[in-house]
Formats: sequence, C-alpha cells, structure tokens
Amino acid sequence: MGEVSTPHVLLGLLAGGSRHGYELKRAHDERLPRARPLAFGQVYATLGRLERDGLVATAGQDRVAGPDRTAYALTDQGRDTLDQWLSTVEPPMPYVASTLFAKVVVALLVADVDRARSYLIAQRAAHTARLRELTAVKTDPSATLSDVVAADFAIAHLDADLRWLHATLGRVADWHREVHP
Amino acid sequence: MTQLQARGVVRAYGPTPALRGVTLDLAEGEIVAVTGPSGCGKSTLLHCLAGILRPDAGEVTWRGHRIDTWSEAARSRLRRTEFGVLFQFGQLVAELTAAENVALPLLLAGTGRREARTAAFTWLERFGVAEVADVRPGEMSGGQQQRCATARALVTEPRVLFADEPTGALDTLTGEQVLTQLVRLAREQRTAVVLVTHEPRIAAYADREIVLRDGLVDHTGLGLDVPLAGGAR
Ligand SMILES: Nc1ncnc2c1ncn2[C@@H]1O[C@H](COP(=O)(O)OP(=O)(O)OP(=O)(O)O)[C@@H](O)[C@H]1O
Ligand SMILES: [Mg+2]
Repeated sequence: MGEVSTPHVLLGLLAGGSRHGYELKRAHDERLPRARPLAFGQVYATLGRLERDGLVATAGQDRVAGPDRTAYALTDQGRDTLDQWLSTVEPPMPYVASTLFAKVVVALLVADVDRARSYLIAQRAAHTARLRELTAVKTDPSATLSDVVAADFAIAHLDADLRWLHATLGRVADWHREVHP
Repeated sequence: MTQLQARGVVRAYGPTPALRGVTLDLAEGEIVAVTGPSGCGKSTLLHCLAGILRPDAGEVTWRGHRIDTWSEAARSRLRRTEFGVLFQFGQLVAELTAAENVALPLLLAGTGRREARTAAFTWLERFGVAEVADVRPGEMSGGQQQRCATARALVTEPRVLFADEPTGALDTLTGEQVLTQLVRLAREQRTAVVLVTHEPRIAAYADREIVLRDGLVDHTGLGLDVPLAGGAR
C-alpha cells in the first residue's frame, strides 16, 4: 500500500484557514481515524520543510514564542501545489511491493512447501482476526461515517489479501515445483 | 444460555449425503456465521435448524424441546413466532406492497392491522426503503426488495434469524449497508443470527464462525485457523 503524503495532507488541512501545529495534529487524527496517528515532532518537522519551500508561512505568533505557539497558513504557492496533487491520479499498483508476497516467495526459495503453506495459513488467520475487529468498529452504533469509510478501506484491502492467500494456498505445491524444477 | 442445539444431525437427498453428523449450539443473541465451500451443506443445516427440513437422524432442540419430531404445523408455528428467515432473493409476496409484505408476519401472529402497518413503516424506514412502502416487488430494484425482505424477517423481533447468503445478490455497498444495519438491530433486540455465507468479509460480522466441510463441522472459532505468531496483530 502507498505511503501517505503527510506534507500534502497538512496543506489540505490548512486550506480552510491558518492553524497551530497541535490543531493540525488533532485534525489529522480526526479526519483519518484509522491512519497511524501523527507525532507532534513529525508535524513540526514537516511544517518546517513546507515553510522552507515557501508552501506555508507563519501567520502570527502568541506572546510566548516557540514552535507550538506558531500558527501556519497556506501560501499561494502552497495552494497551487495542493491543487496539483489533488488533480494527479495515483499510479494503480505500479509494483507488487508487499512484504506478504515477498515472504511467500522467500519461503518457497529457502524451505519446503510446508513452510510456505503454514505461513499462508497463519497469515490468513491474522488477516481474518483483523477483518473481524474492523467490522466490529463499523457495526458499533456510535460509529461515524468517517469511521465507517476508513474501516471499509482497510476491510476491502484485507479482503483482497485474503482471496489471494486462499488462492495461493491452493497453488503453493505447483508453485514450489516451478521454483525448484 | 444455549437456546438452539443440533446433535449429530444427518440429512441426505436420496443417495447424496448433505449433512453427516453436525453438532452445534447457538446461544441467546449470538451471531454465528456458517461458512465453507459450495455444496458443503450450509443451506441444508440452516433448513434443519429452522425446522424447515427434517433431519434423517440426530436431534434439533429449541429451548429444551426436541423440534425435529414435531409436526409440520407445530414447526411452522414456531417459525412464525420465534424465528425469522431470510434468503438470497427476498421472496416477497408479489401481490402485496412492501408495507403489506412487512406487516404480514405480524398479522399472522395476531397483531392488529393498524399496529402492524405502523411497525412495517418503522422497519422499512430502518432499512432506508420507506419510499417504496406502497410499491409492489415487481416495481422495485433487487436491492430494495432485499431491504424489504430483511425488514420483514426482523419485524416480529424473532429470537433467531436464519439468513442464507442474505447479501449474495447485492452490490458491495448495498450489501455492506444492509448487513451493518441488520447486525446493529439484531444486537439491539438480542436476536440471534445464523448467517450462512462463503465470503470472509461477511463472516466477519459474526461473533463466531462454524466452518463446514463435506457435511461435517471442520472447525469452529473466531476465524482463527492457528494461533497468531508472537501475539502479533
Ligand atoms: N434439493 C436437493 N436435491 C438433491 N441434492 C441436494 C438438494 N439440495 C442440496 N443438495 C445436495 O446436498 C449437498 C449440500 O447442499 P447445500 O445446498 O446444503 O450446500 P451449500 O453449502 O449451501 O452450498 P452453496 O454454497 O453452493 O449454496 C450438495 O451436495 C448438494 O448437491
Ligand atoms: Mg447454499
């Protein structure tokens, strides 16, 4: 799965008006509820780089100076960059870059078919358990649409992995024969 | 507390064995998924549990009473009062409107007309299809029909809902919406659900999964075939 572009997300969160670093962190975690929460350090480091590149500018400071007292605003250049990012289609799966996939390949290379098979079975069990957790998030009566949409994203990807795991379990013996002729 | 039990249930269709000795318990308010490959006996098991089919051998017990030996009339009464049934294709009554379809199980159970109609509207609303209340199934989309059928299956607040691939004919989003709502409402009113499906993402709605293979329980659990390595999630 692709890495999230934190700089662009922060630019997006600033599009509605200037904000402090801690407000940005809070808005990020609220809008992207299933994402890895942003660390404060990461927010300030990213803001620093965005400022250096002219994409954001400080928009006033409280009396006591310090990074957490500074509000940031989008510059015109920042707005253009954000706009460009939003109009660019992401390349759909340019590479099969998945640890899960690589692990099965390596297991087949270095060990017998049972090693790969037991890994596939264990991984399928872990995926199924996670699928159940995320489904419970969704069916909780207090779930917001943000929760549901974020959980659905993860569920759809887990489901795709599960189908692949299942299909590959059925092919792993033949595959091993191909790898070790 | 266990309310529905199957003990060594065997059932064949002529020479074809469908169930070869299935034992399971269903607790009050529990949501259980029954999964397994095509032809493994899921639908046959659901029909035996719901008292629609009679097993050739073994027992089905409802709250301490053996129901597999009951007459068709007695089992049919049990289905009307305690159970709800939902299939892949809603099977609404073609001559009745959506509201009349949903009100029907209540009327059969002796509820007054006005009260049944009010409840029907409430349930149609819960599944987002109040706007087709006065429409007959022939003029509804497949998704609307299935939402109505789901409302009809829950309107009597049954103790157990038997659902066989209830979202199998729906697109992904509609299926997810119907199932999310079904599970929320079932939990709210403590209706137990037997959910037959072959899809992992549908089975994930259940508290527990029973996997059938060739007419037998292959394994049961939280969908975990083997323990997680190192407790990693
Ligand atoms: N009415 C019938 N007459 C004859 N054989 C039947 C009948 N219904 C089911 N069977 C057979 O009984 C076995 C179990 O069928 P069942 O419908 O219970 O499977 P299932 O798990 O629900 O499959 P699917 O996922 O395809 O719906 C199969 O071998 C099937 O061919
Ligand atoms: Mg079936």
